[in-house]
Amino acid sequence: MATYQEFIQQNEDRDGVRFSWNLWPSSRLEATRLVVPVSCLFTPLKERPDLPPVQYEPVLCSRANCKAVLNPLCQVDFRAKIWACNFCFQRNPFPPSYAGISEVNQPAELMPQFSTIEYIVQRGPPTPLIFLYVVDTCLEEEDLQALKESLQMSLSLLPPNALVGLITFGRMVQVHELSCEGIAKSYVFRGTKDLSAKQIQEMLGLTKPAASGQQGRPPAPQDAAASCRFLQPVHRVDMNLTDLLGELQRDPWPVPQGKRPLRSTGVALSVAVGLLEGTFPNTGARVMLFIGGPPTQGPGMVVGDELKTPIRSWHDIQKDNARHLKKATKYYEAMANRSAVNGHSIDIYACALDQTGLLEMKCLSNLTGGHIVMGDSFNTSLFKQTFQRVFSKDYNGDFRMAFGSVMEVKTSRELKVCGAIGPCVSLNSKGSCVSENEMGVGGTSQWKVCSLNPSTTLGMYFEVVNQHNAPVPQGGRGVIQFVTQYQHSNTQRRIRVSTIARNWADAQSQIQHIESSFDQEAAAVLMARLGVFRAESEEGPDVLRWLDRQLIRLFMFHLRRSPFLQVFNNSPDESSYYRHHFVRQDLTQSLIMVQPILYSYSFYGPPEPVLLDSSSILPDRILLMDTFFQLVIYHGETIAQWRKAGYQEMAEYENFKQLLQAPLDDAQEILQTRFPMPRYVDTEHGGSQARFLLSKVNPSQTHNNLYAWGQETGAPILTDDVSLQVFMDHLKKLAVSSSA
Amino acid sequence: MNVNQPTPMASPYGQPQPGYGQPGYAPLDGGYPAPYAPYNGPASAYQPGAPPQGPARGPPVSGAPPVSAPQPYNQYSHSRGDMQNGPPLMTQAPPRPAVPQSYNQGAVNLSGGHPSYSQHYGPPPSMQQVTNQMTGMQITSGPPTPAGPGYGTTAYSAAPPPSYTQAPPPASSAPTQPPPPSGPAASQQYYGGPPPPSQQPFNSSLPPTSQQQFTSSAPPPPASQQTFPPASHQAPAPPVSQPQQPFPPAQPPFSSAPPPVSQPAFVSGPPPPAQGSFPPRAPPPSSQPGSFPPPTSISSGQYPGPMPPHQQPPPSQPPPYLSGPPPSGVQMPPTSMAQSNHLPPGPQGPPGPPGPLQQPQSQPGMQGGYPPQQNGAFGQVRGPQPGYAGPYPGQPNYGAPAPAPAPAPPAQKRLDPDAIPSPIQVIEDDKAKSNEPFTTGVRGQAPPLVTTNFQVKDQGNASPRFIRCTAYNMPCTADMAKQSQVPLAAVIKPLATLPPDESPPYLVDHGESGPIRCNRCKAYMCPYMQFIEGGRRFQCGFCSCVTEVPPHYFQHLDHTGKRVDCYDRPELSLGSYEFLATVDYCKNNKLPQPPAFIFLIDVSYNAVKSGMVNIVCQELKTLLDYLPRENPEMDSVVRVGFVTYNKVLHFYNVKSSLAQPQMLVVSDVSDMFVPLLDGFLVNVNESRLVIESLLDQIPEMFADTRETETVFGPVIQAGLEALKAADCAGKLFVFHTSLPIAEAPGKLKNREDKKLIGTDKEKSLFQPQVGFYNTLAKECVAQGCCVDLFLFPNQYVDVATLGVVPVSTGGSVYKYTYFQAQADKERFLNDLRRDVQKLVGFDAVMRVRTSTGIRATDFFGSFFMSNTTDVELAGLDCDKAITVEFKHDDKLSEETGALMQCAVLYTSCSGQRRLRVHNMAVNCCSQLADLYRNCETDTIINFFSKYAFRGVLSNPTKAVRDTLVNQCAQILACYRKNCASPSSAGQLILPECMKLLPVYLNCVLKSDVLLPGADVSLDDRAYLRQLISCMDVSESHVFFYPRLLPLTKLESGSLPMAVRDSEERLSKGGVYLLETGLHLFLWVGANVQQELLLNIFGTPSFSQIEPSMTNLPVLDNPFSQRLREIIDSFRAQRSRYMKLMVVKQEDRTELIFRHFLVEDKSASGGASYVDFLCHMHKEIRQLLS
Repeated sequence: MATYQEFIQQNEDRDGVRFSWNLWPSSRLEATRLVVPVSCLFTPLKERPDLPPVQYEPVLCSRANCKAVLNPLCQVDFRAKIWACNFCFQRNPFPPSYAGISEVNQPAELMPQFSTIEYIVQRGPPTPLIFLYVVDTCLEEEDLQALKESLQMSLSLLPPNALVGLITFGRMVQVHELSCEGIAKSYVFRGTKDLSAKQIQEMLGLTKPAASGQQGRPPAPQDAAASCRFLQPVHRVDMNLTDLLGELQRDPWPVPQGKRPLRSTGVALSVAVGLLEGTFPNTGARVMLFIGGPPTQGPGMVVGDELKTPIRSWHDIQKDNARHLKKATKYYEAMANRSAVNGHSIDIYACALDQTGLLEMKCLSNLTGGHIVMGDSFNTSLFKQTFQRVFSKDYNGDFRMAFGSVMEVKTSRELKVCGAIGPCVSLNSKGSCVSENEMGVGGTSQWKVCSLNPSTTLGMYFEVVNQHNAPVPQGGRGVIQFVTQYQHSNTQRRIRVSTIARNWADAQSQIQHIESSFDQEAAAVLMARLGVFRAESEEGPDVLRWLDRQLIRLFMFHLRRSPFLQVFNNSPDESSYYRHHFVRQDLTQSLIMVQPILYSYSFYGPPEPVLLDSSSILPDRILLMDTFFQLVIYHGETIAQWRKAGYQEMAEYENFKQLLQAPLDDAQEILQTRFPMPRYVDTEHGGSQARFLLSKVNPSQTHNNLYAWGQETGAPILTDDVSLQVFMDHLKKLAVSSSA
Repeated sequence: MNVNQPTPMASPYGQPQPGYGQPGYAPLDGGYPAPYAPYNGPASAYQPGAPPQGPARGPPVSGAPPVSAPQPYNQYSHSRGDMQNGPPLMTQAPPRPAVPQSYNQGAVNLSGGHPSYSQHYGPPPSMQQVTNQMTGMQITSGPPTPAGPGYGTTAYSAAPPPSYTQAPPPASSAPTQPPPPSGPAASQQYYGGPPPPSQQPFNSSLPPTSQQQFTSSAPPPPASQQTFPPASHQAPAPPVSQPQQPFPPAQPPFSSAPPPVSQPAFVSGPPPPAQGSFPPRAPPPSSQPGSFPPPTSISSGQYPGPMPPHQQPPPSQPPPYLSGPPPSGVQMPPTSMAQSNHLPPGPQGPPGPPGPLQQPQSQPGMQGGYPPQQNGAFGQVRGPQPGYAGPYPGQPNYGAPAPAPAPAPPAQKRLDPDAIPSPIQVIEDDKAKSNEPFTTGVRGQAPPLVTTNFQVKDQGNASPRFIRCTAYNMPCTADMAKQSQVPLAAVIKPLATLPPDESPPYLVDHGESGPIRCNRCKAYMCPYMQFIEGGRRFQCGFCSCVTEVPPHYFQHLDHTGKRVDCYDRPELSLGSYEFLATVDYCKNNKLPQPPAFIFLIDVSYNAVKSGMVNIVCQELKTLLDYLPRENPEMDSVVRVGFVTYNKVLHFYNVKSSLAQPQMLVVSDVSDMFVPLLDGFLVNVNESRLVIESLLDQIPEMFADTRETETVFGPVIQAGLEALKAADCAGKLFVFHTSLPIAEAPGKLKNREDKKLIGTDKEKSLFQPQVGFYNTLAKECVAQGCCVDLFLFPNQYVDVATLGVVPVSTGGSVYKYTYFQAQADKERFLNDLRRDVQKLVGFDAVMRVRTSTGIRATDFFGSFFMSNTTDVELAGLDCDKAITVEFKHDDKLSEETGALMQCAVLYTSCSGQRRLRVHNMAVNCCSQLADLYRNCETDTIINFFSKYAFRGVLSNPTKAVRDTLVNQCAQILACYRKNCASPSSAGQLILPECMKLLPVYLNCVLKSDVLLPGADVSLDDRAYLRQLISCMDVSESHVFFYPRLLPLTKLESGSLPMAVRDSEERLSKGGVYLLETGLHLFLWVGANVQQELLLNIFGTPSFSQIEPSMTNLPVLDNPFSQRLREIIDSFRAQRSRYMKLMVVKQEDRTELIFRHFLVEDKSASGGASYVDFLCHMHKEIRQLLS
């Protein structure tokens, strides 16, 4: 038998799940004592090159409130052509098309290796993908130019039949008509006016005049031409749109001294959402919002246009001094919910040196599965490559994105689902398997995830509801089924079903087993997600206190210091950005976020991971730190001097050259695959950018204790934070006292 | 009576009328004689008209109606004896001759017409005798006033003879004519001689004013009669009168001219009426004098029976008409028919003459009966009219005839149209005496009339092209002003275009500190500032405050106390000049940006279908090269922008860097905004390619539109916002087709409800439907956003509401109802070109400062006022005039006179901030007579019309009209009471300067705004109402009294002399050009000569004339060339292009044409000149008693 390690790995590879516990305590009481709930990280669309989708529809349990999908765990009576649902125990006949099944002729979904299986279903006409660019024109010329080029480039990446649309905004919002010849037309909206979806559709001429309806004729179907004026197949408007983008000008309205440009992000989004809502409801679509600054007017305004009033900081927020915060947040939340209902996702690409209002707008992406990318400028490779990577393709040449998915969770009776944490919204589907105890987005067994990619990972939280006095039959297994319906990027509708079973264990008799089934990494990430989720909705210190009360492991030290929970030194936008990614990345990436990885390159041996500690910072080392968001190459003092002296250019110091090159190559590898692309920092001892590294390492040496340690290794960190050692000491005391 | 008088005067009509009148008179007025006498006096002034009438009436009266001919004659004789009669006749005759001659020349035949007149006179005389004696006297009085006298005399001398002749003939038939000869000489003599007695009195009184008095023996009747008189009157009347006593006598006198009229009437009694009526008309038009002889003969033919003597006159009639009397007779009938009741009445009249007449007379008195009763009334009317004639004397023409009148009186009984003041004569006389350039140096000197071409030399007062006053002698006290009721107003056209031979106002730069101004009242440096203390200080002429002269402006004084550099500085020596304004005079203390023009084009279904969109776009491509500029060498700095719209607005980005224009659609019309800044307003040269591409594509883009709804409010808002965004002033050109019913601010509903017309609610139709546009207009003004609106409606568009913004912002409204590309393109394009190219100032504020004692209290025009003193004009172009009314707030002194300074601060089309200053000084008087001697009727009418047209917003139109009539009556009554020599109350005595007041006022009263016909749409009325509000004097003059030119003969270099706007003046054999400033008609008589047709139309046949043509064919003959030249020159004179309409006699379109024959009765019930004069006389008499 494989080790748990292998088991876990295998499960992850096959089903995309990582459970905190791989043996489940068999009663509620015991589960509660374990502190870390039965929960898992689930990656619905985990890439499975080895899993060809089947071309038929899944067989469903006939019970109306069950509808579980036939799976390898079901008991099947091949002779009677009957199968028993392993959730509700309903006995269901196979459909006629399964007449030929037998023990030796089983459909794929009954084979154990197909605990995860994907069906292609034929429902309705295929709908093309829709990409609606919403572009801020209040940019510096250089930025705008770069953005225009990126957008033009992206056109070539889209499938020819995909529909594209363009909305630009600054002081006004312009919806560009793409179908016309000659004169370029656009519809313009005032950036300060909150319009209802109906008004927007009327103004865009998307509604039929009421007159025709009066004669009793059924209202004609939506005039395709009308709706398509703004959304056209790429292959048809390629040239046109390229020109249009090329002629795009900076927002021409003068920006007086001491003012911010007037940026109508709120209305632009409202128009975009309204447009899609009116033309392509329930069709996969991405609204891609490119912003170079905060919304400064109209609904959704985050900060006024007076430069003397800085954008809100955490400090302001804590002092309740952010006057636009609540209103703007509410506005964008409403927008996000509307968009989510229609299955449209919203990406935010925010490139500016200052904050852009991500705090207020984050829900747009968080609720709709969109991306958030934050950078300093559109004219950086960070943005350019990240943006390009949005359109990356899988081994089949299809986009690594899926749309409008609905994920449903079914549990066997002993379990109930408490909630999910990830880029999803509740569909408010109450059912027997829904727990009253909410964790994350709860109260439902169905979630809508408007946009998914293969790495999108949701944290799912469960509750063992089996009573202590009603033990689970020996050998019984708890079962969870994830049914994810989605629109594949090739426009097919697909359903992916993962059915996962775990053994029950009696906590009293089998505590060691349970203990050994603990997946520390998964648990850490899952708990961190819970923490982040709470941090989003509660006051910071409270969350930390909550965290401290929970089971604490090593990583928690870093989590406490991470930007996900700690807002010090981070702007509200950054916090939002970090949290956004934290709640959707898979386990590995999440771990990196919590506890950055530090590699050391030196002449003393091959590259090796070293402690994330200030003591690791040595003059003759090159360090490579990966925090997920940043990739820092740090040249120690000596190395830096050598490099400056140009030794690497000398033939006889070829080895030094190689040493310098090694971290670069490794970094490049990471850069190639990571989405969003991390900020790449190449710095050295004393460099201003070294702060990225210094802020992450464990401050084992600070200006306070520098000489107390009496050794000259490492670099002192100028912080008042406690070091890990101190933390651990404290923790040990605490653990002892609390157990007492 | 009046009717009679006037009618008689009017050649054709007059004659018939006289006839009628006479008959009526004869019976009616036994007493007329007396009036006549007075008339005679006045007649001299009036001369022709009055006198004849006077005599006419006289006859009846004196003659005892029964006596008829003899009596009339006698009367005439009496009148002659009275001088008045005689003179009047003479005067009448003379004028005619003068006119006629010219006319005659035009239409040879006319001569016949004259005779007809004579006839009228003849008859009228009898009638008129009583009535008219217009006032030769006044003429005499006229002398006081240079103009007056001149006219009087000249006219008299000329006219008198003929009229006399005519008149006399009637009396003694043959003899009458003879008199004329004497008449001519006599004319003056009349005044002096026969009339002297009576006249003299007038003279005395009149002299000062130089007015003419129209005394009518039967003033009251006149009123009623007048109404009658108009067209129908004449016709009917003649018969009537003729039949009655007058006829025989009258005819005889008429014999020469009158004959026709009288003849017809006389001849058949009833039947004749028709003929008579016709002839009268015809004859009248024809010059009386010339006509006489021929008429006589003709008449004889016609009249044979009844009026052999008259016969002569008849011939005259025919001539006027065309050929002999017969044709005229023929034609006339229809005309008369067309005209209306006249004929019928006429006939009736004749039959009933004796009895009916009398009755009518009484009715006339009633007034109420104008039109209907008129016939009967005529007689009476005429009676009174004669009286008028008397008073008229002032008028040269009349005056001339007047002399004759003496003789005529006997014969004439009615108010001869030619005996009442003739606008044409006044105009011609003014032309004749205005040979010298008009220098403005003399304070209180009235300038030549607007109809006269003259050169102006600025010597310290503003040119009349900039400022015209109603009175150049202002009363010193408020009491006087109130007593006289003469409005004290000035019509100011600050940016008027000057002829090439006059230099535009000089630009003065006083340096960084800005123009030198009085410390207290802030008046700008001007010639009225008195430098004292060796030039170190100056005393303000307006408020007397003493201000230090800034060192940089100091200059020594010469021995006369004038600054040495006086003539080097425009602001010290000229009436008009400009200052360069400093930044202190700019909005927000920032020098202005160059202005912008924004074209907003309706692209709804109707607009596209009518071809408008296409035309506008095509035209703009070239027109953009002609944007206004001050230096022709430079490119215009005006930037342009384009918007199209239907239910939504489309803005265009035409930035020069673009390969293609971009369209920006704004559908949020409820809250308009401008979607772009950069690229919307562009320099034409830089963006030419993009603009041309745009203009090419607009028609294509909307060719298939099915959108019928439009918005309007947001369109203006859009333009306004664009200007705001660009921080500049400018002008919007809106091309709009339909009532804006789409959901948007300023949405309107159709409220055209003809049932409201004539009710107290009628005024609401002139008011804007919603308050939105008033607010919008205010915003526009604040930004300096002027709006010009081009309307292309197919139905009601509510001009009253849509026009609010243009009117409040100094813009213009153009209306092309049922626009069709082919027919209306030229007019529209010419209007557009002119409108785009004309010089215009923006963001203007006008302030009128006055010297202590008076104050500008009211303003009329296209502008907005947010307080009581500053006239704010978002845009001010060279065609816009503002009428300012002054009231006393203290006493004025004769010594200093009254000063006014009109300062207009504006941004020129090159973006320069300037101040244009016009200074005007007028005299003050403590004698009413001085006031009446020195005022200008055209300007008064301009004021009255604007006053009245604004009045309809708040009062029922009837009340407005009554007010006008009342004020006019008060003015004239005051004159009569205070300035005219004592005379019979029956005499109508008019001041020389105001003798045209009644006829012009009548035109105002009959205008479509105040008295709409059934076919006049509400939009048209609102349109005209707004249009008049910014007209200057020359435009309002021709608008109310159109110019009617006979075209039979054209000479290069000069225009044929106009004829009066009456159908009587039209000859069947003639071709006439009528111009109103808005319309241009070419009326073609049915009997026009082939040669003429060939010359004009290139076709020999009347029936082949294509009535739909809007331009004459280009033919290579001198006549055609000259005619087209004339038409072109007319068009060039007016601010709006006049589409030419060819009207064939008796064609359906003639109805439209007739509408502009303002001396005739109008289809909508407006009184004829004659009727109105009678009415006015009655009013005056009531006031006097």
